[in-house]
Parts: sequence; structure tokens; C-alpha cells
Amino acid sequence: MPSLQKSLSSAWRALFGDPVRAFGVVSVSLLIAMAIAPAKDYFSEWRGYQRGYLSFIHDRGDAVSLRRRFEPGIQQVWLPDLGVVDRCTTCHEGLREASLTDVSTQPFSRHPVIPHSLTAFGCVICHGGQGAATTVAEAHYSTRAGEMPILPARYIEAGCGQCHQNTLPGTPQLNQGRQILARYGCVHCHSIKLPDGTAMTASDDPPALLHIADKTTREWLVSWLKDPQAYAASATMPNYKLSDADARDISAYLMSSSTPQAGDTTAAIVKPAAEADASAGPTLYGESFCASCHAVQNAAGNLVGGDLGPELTRIGNKIKPEWLFAWLQNPRVYDPSTLMPHYRFTPQQAATLVDYLEKKSDADFGANVHLDLATPEQIARGKKLVVELGCAACHEINGVRKPENFAPDLSTIGSKPLAQLVFLPGMEHTLPNYIAAKIQQPRAFGPSFKMPQFTLTPSQNDALTTALLALTERSHTIPANLRVAAVQETAYQPAGHAGKLMTDLACLSCHRINGHGSEMAPDLTWEGSSVQRQWLDDFLKNPNTLRPALIRRMPRFNLSDSDSKELTDYMMVVYQSPSIDPDAAPGDINTPATVEHGRQLFYSKYACQSCHIADTKTDKGYIGPTLTQVGSRLTPAWIYAWLNNPQALRPGTIEPNQNLSDEDARALTAFLVTLKGSGRQEAKR
Amino acid sequence: MMRSIVMSVALALMVAAAGCKFHHATPTVPRASASGTAIVESSGGKQVGITGMVLKDPLVVQVNDDKGTAVAGALVEFHGPSGFRFEPTALLTDSSGQATTAVTLGTVAGRYQLSAVTPGKSQPVTVQIVETALGYQQQLGFLLAEKYCDSCHDPESSPERVSNYDNLQVKPHPFTEGDTLNKMSDADLMAITQHGGPALNRSALMPSYGDTLSPADVRALISYMRMVSDPPYQPAGTVYARK
Repeated sequence: MPSLQKSLSSAWRALFGDPVRAFGVVSVSLLIAMAIAPAKDYFSEWRGYQRGYLSFIHDRGDAVSLRRRFEPGIQQVWLPDLGVVDRCTTCHEGLREASLTDVSTQPFSRHPVIPHSLTAFGCVICHGGQGAATTVAEAHYSTRAGEMPILPARYIEAGCGQCHQNTLPGTPQLNQGRQILARYGCVHCHSIKLPDGTAMTASDDPPALLHIADKTTREWLVSWLKDPQAYAASATMPNYKLSDADARDISAYLMSSSTPQAGDTTAAIVKPAAEADASAGPTLYGESFCASCHAVQNAAGNLVGGDLGPELTRIGNKIKPEWLFAWLQNPRVYDPSTLMPHYRFTPQQAATLVDYLEKKSDADFGANVHLDLATPEQIARGKKLVVELGCAACHEINGVRKPENFAPDLSTIGSKPLAQLVFLPGMEHTLPNYIAAKIQQPRAFGPSFKMPQFTLTPSQNDALTTALLALTERSHTIPANLRVAAVQETAYQPAGHAGKLMTDLACLSCHRINGHGSEMAPDLTWEGSSVQRQWLDDFLKNPNTLRPALIRRMPRFNLSDSDSKELTDYMMVVYQSPSIDPDAAPGDINTPATVEHGRQLFYSKYACQSCHIADTKTDKGYIGPTLTQVGSRLTPAWIYAWLNNPQALRPGTIEPNQNLSDEDARALTAFLVTLKGSGRQEAKR
Repeated sequence: MMRSIVMSVALALMVAAAGCKFHHATPTVPRASASGTAIVESSGGKQVGITGMVLKDPLVVQVNDDKGTAVAGALVEFHGPSGFRFEPTALLTDSSGQATTAVTLGTVAGRYQLSAVTPGKSQPVTVQIVETALGYQQQLGFLLAEKYCDSCHDPESSPERVSNYDNLQVKPHPFTEGDTLNKMSDADLMAITQHGGPALNRSALMPSYGDTLSPADVRALISYMRMVSDPPYQPAGTVYARK
């Protein structure tokens, strides 16, 4: 101790013992102190990057022009309207340099080509992060005081989704995520208020359970509740991880609360015709194009078929034959809003299909479920569970009301402060990680969490995370003129008796009319202008295929003559384009010379045979519809208008607009109207 | 004296703690129980994905010994350019000698070479794998190609989309056919897409899309073609005078 004291006092004497020396020491230390600030500035991170950029471009061929555009010092994009102060370009110097496209060294590469100008929007609007910061750690990763780090690249489309509420062609992941939000019924429990003030709506229609006992057995219900995906791999119903007792009690309540459906839903089943052989079922299933909407798992485990209706792999385990028989005869008795068309099956045909479908069952499924008669205590406990788990948020259930605000609101989940989140041990503390993990394994966050387990692939999980990350505070506060609203789907009901018929046949489940309905089948908005009356009437009665390569096709509904006439009349009158007069064919097209000229144009100048078949002997084009009988299918006025501008009549159609001269369009029309074809007769024979 | 020792120890601890804050725990490298002499790609190479996203199929490599039989329990490590992520980065081969990893692409579009390394008996052996990352513009081109072009230009058929390739008298060039497409300039590709085959004295079976697709759409298509062409497309680049 004394030695330390001694050395300290000798050091003091050495520095400050003499007043002149003391003055010198104080001046030097003051000078050093004053140099700290400029030195810090000189050695700051961003200057390092700017020096790095200069030496990076030094040896390039375009160094001179790059250096001319290089601006030293802190760069800033300031957009007061958007609340943007972005200094990212201070280090990301090459963002706007077209010649640095091939550079992958960050932070010097060029920004990928996007439809927005960097100076009009800045960076953080899309990427997140702290624009005003000038160090990498603060700009990219800061989480202090509720700050958001930059969006990981795999979720970058969330940035687009803040302003673009509509479906953008360049953001497939975001679009898929939004579809999942709607299709998996997330918004039945969670409410999501969109920036335009509307609430997000679900696109699924979970079945009402009011008459469930008519449809299925309690044994099936127990197996289904325990693991929906064991019954159908594509089921969207999540797994609630129920215990045996829970599933038993819930099924007891649902069955006991079920009331018999008024009307003939469990009609006495007709025996299939005795002479019907084993192939009658599959043939009718195929002819009715059930697979356009319903999928079945094949031997390899792949789903084959559409996803509009439920998967039918183990339908025999689920559905009571009597119910299925009545359903096939007219599905709208049991469920007025079903997407399933009302096929006009004869009782014999329905019985054949029931017979075929009931064989689609799996002996192992639900084999270990043995239930005793439900006790009143079990039923009461079942009701309590139904209320607790929020079953009625999706399904209509007798005796239980739909809960309001059952789960947390997700309107601004993309800006949720990290301080409000509880992370799992070992998890990186970021919001995207939290959301992705919560979707993937909701129950891992605690046994008391009610959110069920959904079955999503990793890419679906990423897509859903992207869609949720797009729901930010900023999406609600950006100026309204920057917001691109979603196209609101409104209800559409074709009028009159024909309209009822169209609802009954569920035309809009596949077709699109005036911006309503599905996009699986052709748009019928201008169908009346497009086709000839006789053809439409024949087609409705007996649809033959126009596009040989398609696997999803128009089914045959076995329409009566009067129904078919009524539909034809309605479509011919109502679905008329104001720009086409069906009776006014382009004049002067009937001369043989014009027709021959049209044929030449068809085969040589425009080579339409690459996609279409006009003559089955020579042409092989497999993309567009077959044209062998287009002259008896389409009106000349439509053909002419279509050739002039296909996209004007059906936006988004892939037939290219060839910008034809009027003379060429007339000649081609002349040739096409002569193709009356024997196709129909051949098909009939 | 005691006090200063305590102080300095505390200071040292604080410095160490601050240092550790940024030190992420590196995943422990598993212990290999065997080693092979060759490594080959089984599947998952030559995929086309989107920047920053996980490739659709996992990358699978196989470790063999000198007789060509698969080796189980050999260590495989995956390496890629910065921004690429592997889950897991290092693992042991399974009973069939294969190591599977999920690849997350980097954030800059391009064609990238990844490598899988196994220590081997005497020296490490490596296999190179090529993956392509599409940026925004190329992805747009990819989606446009899917809608407008692939039904003729892609010879592969699927149940959902039957290829029209075989039906055409003059065969179109698949977009991966670098030998042909790399020789065509951007302007030529622009012309043939906008004005059809005859614009370059080629078949009229290629229709004109200039009134259907916008110039930006066509540019996106071209940038997609350039990215997927095999052999890779080397842009001529702008020629500047040397200083």
C-alpha cells in the first residue's frame, strides 16, 4: 500500500510539479480530448463502407462514371408525408447503379428492379428497420424501445402487403398467405380489421352441425375430433389435441343436440340396379367430373382432384348411406349454401354413386373407438368444452352461441412490440420468428393455450407469416392515396327463375360472372354475345369438351329440356356485351376468296394451328379450344371482336392480341365461320 | 488493494459479458463415426427458388466409400456464399449414407455454387451444387412464363398442364437452352417476343405478344430466361474506355 502511494505521488510530481510542465500536460490532454469527436467521425462505420465502395469500384471498367455519381457524406431520403428519414444509401451506395446488377457483395449491389422509385418511397417502408441510424447494428437489428429490425428476406413480400391490399401478380407468397388466412378460417376466431375499415372475411364455409346425427356416426366424430388429418390429409379443421374423454364428451353433446333435418334427407335408399356392373360407379363418378372438385388419395399417397369440395378418400367411414343418397339427389335440402351443384341424378344413379362411394373406406380408421351410451354428465361436460374451445366460432351448433372476439385481434400483429411477447427458450427474439413458431406449434407456448394445431407445409407457414407481418401499424397510417384497396367481393344472385336454377346448379362455384364467382371455368360475363343459341342449349344438356388437355371439365347435370331452355334464354338475353351486336356480323365476308385468304392467314401468317385445331387431320395445337366447329358455336360478331382484342372481352386471357389489320380480322372471321365441323355429330355417334 | 482487485475482476467480467452478448452459440458439430472417400449429389441441385426463401426440395448428398457403397455416420458440412443458410449446416449421414439439409437462398439474385464437404479418409472431398435465386423481376418473369410461354416452351408435361411442345412442327427453344438463347441479344429477344417469330425470320408459330404484354413484362421474361439458361448467360456488359 505505501509503495502504491509513493509511486502515485511521484507520478503527480513528474506531471504537475512544475507549472510550465503542468500547463503542457493540460494542453496536450485537452487537445486529445478535442480530437476525439473528429476521430470518431473519421473512423465511423459508414465512412468505412464509403471507402470500401470507392476501392471496390476502383478497378472496374466503369469506375469513372461510378465515381462521378458517388456522393460522399451522409445521404438521406426525407419524405415528411410518409414519416421516412432513410440514410440507408449512405452505405448502400450502389443501389441505383444499373451496372452493379451482377454484384453480390453487400452493401454495394444494385437494388433489384422493382416498380417503385427508391427516392419516392425510401427503404424502411418496405424493409423495416431504423432508417435514420448510421450503423449496421442500429439500422438493421435494433429492438430498443419497440423498434422493429429489418424484415428477413424470406418474408419481404409483407412489405408490399402494407399498401397493396389487392392481389399483386409479383407477390405469390403474400397472396397465398392471405388465401390461407381466409381459407383456414383464421378470422372466425381472430378479427382482422383491414386499413380500409372493412373486416377480413373467411372464404371457407364450415359445415353447420345442427343435424350432424343425420349425416354421420358418433364413432366417426370421435376419431375426427381426435385427429382430422388422419381421416383426410387435406382437411383444414385443426387438431385440438383432445383427450379421449374430451372427444367422447364433445361428440356426446353434438349428437344429443342434433335435430333431425326437416324434409327428405334420410330417404329410404334405392338398391342399385341389379344389372349394374362394378364399373358403373367409377364410370358415373368420372362422367360427372366429381374429381373437378373432390380429391382422392391415390396409392402413392398423392391427392388427385380439386380442392373445392371435401376429400373423399375415406368417405365410406364417415357418411351414412341414406344421408348420402338424399344429398346426391339434392344437396341444397341439407345445406342451402353448399358449393355442390344439384345434379339431376335418377334414384338409380344416386344409388350407384352411394354404393361406389361407401366402398371408399379404411377398415383401420376408427377401429379402436368403442363408445357406451352417453351419460347426461358427459353431455353437460361436452357442452362446456364446446363453449370453452370456441367450436361455435366456426360451426353452427344447437344451444351454443357464436362467441364474439374469441381470440386476440390481429389487425396490427405485424407491429406487435417484442416486450409483449413471450418467447420459447432458445428462440431468436424477433417478431417473424415468434409468429412462425406460434403458427407451427401453438401449444408449445403453454398447455393452457387454446389455439389448435394446424397442418401447414413449411412454405404455407412462411406464406401465412408473411401475410400476418403485412398487418402493421404503418398499413393503417400511410396516406390513403398510396393504399391500393382489395377488390371487394359482393354477393351476386342472378335474377328470376333462371337465377334460382343457376344457384341450384352452383354455376358460380366454377364460373365467373361480372367479377363474381370462381375462376376454375370460363368467364360467362358476355356468354350471350359469344355463343350461338342452339349450341348453348345443346351444350347445357350434353357438355362436350372444347379443350382436350383440360382435366377439370363441365359436368353433365342431366338437365330437362325446359330447364336448359330457360338457362339458355336467360344467358342469351342478360349476358350481352354492350360493345357487340350479335346480329350484326361484319359484312362482306362470305366470298370464297375471303375465306381462302383467311385460311392462308390462319395457317401461315398467324400460325394459329400452334395452339388451335381447325382440322383434326392436320392440326395438333393443344392450348386453345378446338375450332373444328367454331362456326356453329360462336357468333361471327364475337369472333371478329375477339380477334381484334381478346383481352378487351376477357381480361387476362392468354390468347395474344396480334394487333390485326381490319382486313386480316375480317378474313380470319370469314374462314372461322365456315368451320361448322362434324365434331358434334361424331361425338353424338 | 483488495478493493482494486475486486473492481478489476468486476470490470473484466463486464467486458467478457459484453463480448459474449454478440457471440451466438455455434451449433455443435456432431462426431463422425465413419468416413467415406467420395461425395455425390443425390437430389435437390439445380433448383430455381426465390431470393431469401427456402428451396422447395431439400438438398440431399450421399457419402460413398471407394467401392461405391454408401457410408453411414460420416460428417457432411454444407457451405455457401454469404446470406445462404443451411438447416442443419453440419450433420452425419443416415443409414442410407445420405445427408439432407434445407437451403435458404441468399438475398441477391443470381446463380450460386454451394458445396458439401466430408472429411474423407486422408483429405476432405467436396461436391459442388448449383442453385438459382430469382429476384423480384425474374420472379415476375417466371410467373409470366408459366402463364403465357411454358405450355409450348417447356417440353415437360404434367397432369395439370399438358405440353404443346410435341405438337409443334418447329420446336420452340426451352428457356434453359443457353446454347441458343445466350447468343441472342436482349434486343433480339425483345423483338421476337413483341413481334413474333417472323420479326427475326423465324417460325410464325411464335405469335407476337407486344400488344398483350407490356415492355416491362417482356423485360422481366428476358431477365428470367437469362437467369435460368444453362450454360449460364454471360452479359457482354458495357464497354468503357480505360482511364
